[in-house]
Amino acid sequence: MTVTTRALPLVLALFSVSVLDACKKAPPPPPAPAVDSAAIRAAREDSIRMENQRRAAAADEARRRAAQDSIDRANAAAEAARRDSEMLRSTVAAVINFDFDKSDLRDDAKANLDAKIPILLANSNVTIRVSGHADERGSSEYNLALGQRRAAAAKRYLVERGVAESRVETTSFGEERPVCTESNESCWAQNRRDEFEITAGGPLTRPR
Amino acid sequence: MRSLRSPFGLAVLALVAVAPLFAQDTAKGVRIGLRYDPGTKPGVAVLPVPGNHGDSVRAILERDFDFSDRLAVVTLTAADGYLPTGETPAGTPVPLNYPLFAKLGAAAVLQVTPTPRGLHVTLHDVGRSQVASIEEFPMPPPEQAKEWRLALHGMADAVVEWITGQRGMAQTRIAFIRGNVVRLVDSDGEQEQTLPMLGAAMSPAWHPGGTLIAYNTFGPESRIVVHDLRTGRVRDFGAQRNTTNLTPVFTPDGKSLVYSLSSENGADLYLMPLEGDAFPRRVTVGRGSENVQPSFSPDGNRMAFMSDRTGHPEVYIMDADGTNPDIFTAFDFGDQNYRASPDWSPDGRQVSFQSRIDGRFQLFTMTLRDRQPKQLTSEGENEDPSWAPDGRHVVFASTRSGTRQLWILDTESGRLRQLTQVGGSRLPAWSPRLIKP
Repeated sequence: MTVTTRALPLVLALFSVSVLDACKKAPPPPPAPAVDSAAIRAAREDSIRMENQRRAAAADEARRRAAQDSIDRANAAAEAARRDSEMLRSTVAAVINFDFDKSDLRDDAKANLDAKIPILLANSNVTIRVSGHADERGSSEYNLALGQRRAAAAKRYLVERGVAESRVETTSFGEERPVCTESNESCWAQNRRDEFEITAGGPLTRPR
Repeated sequence: MRSLRSPFGLAVLALVAVAPLFAQDTAKGVRIGLRYDPGTKPGVAVLPVPGNHGDSVRAILERDFDFSDRLAVVTLTAADGYLPTGETPAGTPVPLNYPLFAKLGAAAVLQVTPTPRGLHVTLHDVGRSQVASIEEFPMPPPEQAKEWRLALHGMADAVVEWITGQRGMAQTRIAFIRGNVVRLVDSDGEQEQTLPMLGAAMSPAWHPGGTLIAYNTFGPESRIVVHDLRTGRVRDFGAQRNTTNLTPVFTPDGKSLVYSLSSENGADLYLMPLEGDAFPRRVTVGRGSENVQPSFSPDGNRMAFMSDRTGHPEVYIMDADGTNPDIFTAFDFGDQNYRASPDWSPDGRQVSFQSRIDGRFQLFTMTLRDRQPKQLTSEGENEDPSWAPDGRHVVFASTRSGTRQLWILDTESGRLRQLTQVGGSRLPAWSPRLIKP
């Protein structure tokens, strides 16, 4: 739509008013049509101003929508990254379990550590703490040493596969922090574990 | 002491002089007429004690005598007609109806009277119908407070020694862990106290002087902590990345600590002098194995410890400098048990430890000379034995009551008593005798 076409009805209406006024007075010679050019100009300017305002509002709305879309897209991406990082984090934090009085890495523990390695290699600002735990059955004092050895076993595996030694801290909680407190093998098996905690760095990004 | 200058006091000194003639061993003190036989316990009657806290004094003494397992407490009732007649000034021995006490089964009668400074004690020898010993014991005020009770326990120990020639062990405390906090409790289960901790704690140990407690914290920043019970001051060392410090003990000369440093290359025992700027010196050569739980022979020349160097946990003995390590708990060829927590007895003759029987730890003792194991427990799970300074009682953690509690076993009679009443109590360490200088 152009300004002219949009303004035309208004202009015509103004004309009509003038014509009706003229008809009330009889019978003067028909004057030359009295065109109030100032009124017309004002009407046109009004109409232009309104149209400009309308167009500006539409443009604002479009910009607002575009911005919101971009925010939504960014949020979705961030959420995806966060979910990704969470997933990677849970892979890094997944516990490994041990046999009674043993610190050897079982095959399931090695597979678990293998999944952590590319993530740790792709996120070199991340440091972790491995804490070794034991079940309640051994001597609780000896179990502190056993926990330290279990943590060291996981660390050795990671370091041998390229994770910098300084990024992996080890400690032991012995049998002092059980995740399960019943006295049966199912519980004991859960308590014989290494926990992995991210102590610095992140969020985690997916290995390329 | 005024009474010792009296003519009666001279009679006591004379009796002390002849005591070795009928004493059965070399322990000092007056031996009551009965010959001491581990199977039979001399009876002792405690006369009612005058004064505001008299009933409490009498109850604590009777309980200490009972807990010593060396004396049988003869309970007196008014109907026995034992009471001395008339008022007697404090510190004056009363004439007693000795034949009556003999009939009640008492070999000794104890008369305690309060004085301005403490308690005056007269011990009557019923068999000889005479006074055997007199002494005044200063009692630190206020009554019923920790130091007062400890002094009273010391008095009980002295009386046990007068009668049997062997000092009692009431004047001691037991350090232990509940909720990863070090606590102290008197040998009679009273006066529990909590020490402020520098982290989650385990494995308290006593300095031979009874004034320091060492323990370790675990988790990141694991360290050895030495707590001074006189001042409350605390020192710590050993915090190091990738390391857990555990099971500290003091050397018998009190000058150093030995503890286990568990790193990523196994756990070895280290010796750390308490004074000076010394560094820890490694004692064991574990080559990647775990070497923990040191316990010294009383002369300080040897050390028992737990090691898994052959693939499973056993108790070993070595010289204090780490040389000549030798397995102690190898019972049979091919035997694969799990043995831990050695504690060398104060007389040096045996080591207590825990060994697994049907999947549960039980307490054992084994003499160094003939290495014959003797099983002490069978009910519930029983762990972490610690000898009393009398070389006869052992405190340990047991699940026999359903929760983990500390119990005390008389290794000679097999008599048991429960020390703690709150579950989760463990890792006990019996103090030396806490006699004030």
